Amino acid sequence: MSRFITVAHRRLLDRLWPWLCAASVALSLLMLTALLTLLLVRGLGHFWPASLEEITLRSGDVVAGQAIRETPLPQKIGNERLYFTGNRDIDGASWRWVDVDNIIARTTPADLIRLERAPWGDFIGRLESLEADGQRMMGQAAWDYLAAALALPADQRPTGQLLLTTADGQALSQPLSTTSRALAPNAMSWGQKTRLWGSSVWQFLSEGPRAANTSGGVWPAIFGTVLMVILMSVIVTPFGVLAAIYLNEIAHQNRLTRLVRIGVRNLAGVPSIVYGVFGLGVFVYGIGGTLDTWFFSATLPSPTFGTGGLLWASLTLALLTLPVVIVATEEGLARIPDAQREGAMALGATRLEMLTRVVLPMTVPAMLTGVILAVARAAGEVAPLMLVGVAKLAPQMPVDGEFPYLHLERKFMHLGYHLFDTAFHGEDVQAAMPLVYATALLLVLIVLVLNLTAIFLRHYFRRQRGNEC
Amino acid sequence: MLASFDSAPASQAPVTHFSPEHCALSIDRFNLAYAGKPALRELTLSVPRHRVTAFIGPSGCGKSTLLRAINRLHDLNESVKHSGHIELEGQDIYAPQTNVTELRRRVGMVFQTPNPFPMSIYENVAFGLRLQQRLPKRQRDDIIEWALTSAALWDEVKDRLHRSAWQLSGGQQQRLVIARTLAVQPDVLLLDEPASALDPISTLKIEELIRNLKSQLTLVLVTHNMQQAARVSDYTAFLQDGELVEYGPTDQVFTNPHLQRTENYITGRMT
Ligand SMILES: Nc1ncnc2c1ncn2[C@@H]1O[C@H](COP(=O)(O)OP(=O)(O)O)[C@@H](O)[C@H]1O
Ligand SMILES: [Mg+2]
Repeated sequence: MSRFITVAHRRLLDRLWPWLCAASVALSLLMLTALLTLLLVRGLGHFWPASLEEITLRSGDVVAGQAIRETPLPQKIGNERLYFTGNRDIDGASWRWVDVDNIIARTTPADLIRLERAPWGDFIGRLESLEADGQRMMGQAAWDYLAAALALPADQRPTGQLLLTTADGQALSQPLSTTSRALAPNAMSWGQKTRLWGSSVWQFLSEGPRAANTSGGVWPAIFGTVLMVILMSVIVTPFGVLAAIYLNEIAHQNRLTRLVRIGVRNLAGVPSIVYGVFGLGVFVYGIGGTLDTWFFSATLPSPTFGTGGLLWASLTLALLTLPVVIVATEEGLARIPDAQREGAMALGATRLEMLTRVVLPMTVPAMLTGVILAVARAAGEVAPLMLVGVAKLAPQMPVDGEFPYLHLERKFMHLGYHLFDTAFHGEDVQAAMPLVYATALLLVLIVLVLNLTAIFLRHYFRRQRGNEC
Repeated sequence: MLASFDSAPASQAPVTHFSPEHCALSIDRFNLAYAGKPALRELTLSVPRHRVTAFIGPSGCGKSTLLRAINRLHDLNESVKHSGHIELEGQDIYAPQTNVTELRRRVGMVFQTPNPFPMSIYENVAFGLRLQQRLPKRQRDDIIEWALTSAALWDEVKDRLHRSAWQLSGGQQQRLVIARTLAVQPDVLLLDEPASALDPISTLKIEELIRNLKSQLTLVLVTHNMQQAARVSDYTAFLQDGELVEYGPTDQVFTNPHLQRTENYITGRMT
């Protein structure tokens, strides 16, 4: 058949195939960009102080809220719009779908405010007056007093009572202490909004969660994730490297070694939840339970190490990522020419000296590649952690000022699990959704930063050694 | 140099022997096999001190195998079996009491492709020294300068001692490897086709270096380049199929070989 393929055909094919390859790269890039854009827009957009609308409906109802999105009506012609209206304590719901055709007036009055409150979620409406220090303030004076009070740390705020009205005229009295933040977005300039956005993002990053993870920040989860990944790397790197050295440099290259090598490679494919089960059975119940009976019998039956915790989670993930480190290191070792080994031996080096002074320094980039892959896998892994130590809400951070400072037995929070919990277990999932996007963005960024650090290190070591393996 | 020629049957070349006080290496009925496949057979020959001895022979005849046996580099390969003796200055290198790392210090080896370590030029030369002893920096610097000078490299690298050795040219790398070996003051230097990967100018430099080094130590040069063997060596051994065919002073082997096989090889009439 090939005899009938003309030169022109072959040329054409030769011109086309690079485009096929380029197209698949473009597609991957497109999907990655779409993913990141979605996370960026939805996640970071949430912190922008959006304007509040006051709309009057044909029925005479007045509604105040933030417009979220618009969709076509299922039956009729026209659109309906979703408003976040807050005031769950008064209206029984914080969301309202409004038929756009029914809106007869739409304004953004400067005196509409939004309060973040501890129970019941956000309030949207107007501040009528404020009673504090035995006096009653109205209008701008009340607002200024409120803003000043909220700027203080929570334990130094004065007591007071807020008198509020909703858009449809219902009155509400609320103690100042339940309020954590107050904004009047319609009265704010762009500069003010940007500054507020910055501080909201910072709060998200630096504070703990509130209202059963549906609002507030994710600092404990960031801390837990990073600490767990670092611990995991510290455990997995030496083990993986030693195992790879054994397999590649010490073991006789016979059938058994090959079998072990194949086994190790296949371990990387075991579903992660299986590692979780192993961690629960062996680390938590087995080793942890034994440690408890030996050293912590005073506090039994409440377990110390016999329950999920930071140490067991790190160990489980270390086990999960061990094959990755072994395989990468082994490949690095195999790439080092025997001439280097023989060069060292011929100068009178022992095998240990040859390994530590010539071979291992040359393998550092490969080891780091292994650790990069391990970190990338571990940081995103949630399933096994649910069995061995992650908590929905950890009462204490795993590192604090109390001896021994690093508390390996404590439960910890994790961004991946936090994301899952926020998305599916809150009271108002709809309201928490932007936080889910923000958390996902953060998780991606953390994996990125950890990877970039390792890539930078690898680059640094390569440059320093002037080698190209 | 005392060299005696035994009278031998016509089919065999006379055997060259050196008296013990002139003999650096003596190989006695040495056999070696890779996984049962013989690579060296009943090899007997002695290498004179402070001379250049060339091993020539077709590819695969066992030249590299023999050099590696002298350095005990085969120790790492369990499939290698050997019998017979190799003596360095009268001591059996395969005797149980032999310190292998000390042996390897005394017998330096330079391979076909330059293999500098991925470190600075300085660290490459210091590598073997650091294994042996902790020297004050001044003393170490002196030895390194001496080694690089002996390897005819000092002038080219003295301004960039702390740059990566991998930035040197192939010829410079090979001289660096020689300097690295000289720094630990070996008695014997084994060179396995040291110039075969180099350009003609670098090759000439290496050859000149080899000629100059024989005042310091004993050299064994493996080469497939007949002119090179003729130019630099004092004695030449011709190996074929793991056996020693003919061994004698280079002049005599090249101009007046005893055996037809040797003559065929040297004149390029290989069968
Ligand atoms: N590591 C090894 N394992 C098995 N056989 C080998 C090995 N090294 C060399 N040989 C064999 O031993 C013989 C001699 O090889 P070598 O000493 O490298 O020859 P030369 O250096 O003269 O070209 C060849 O037949 C070669 O195939
Ligand atoms: Mg060879």
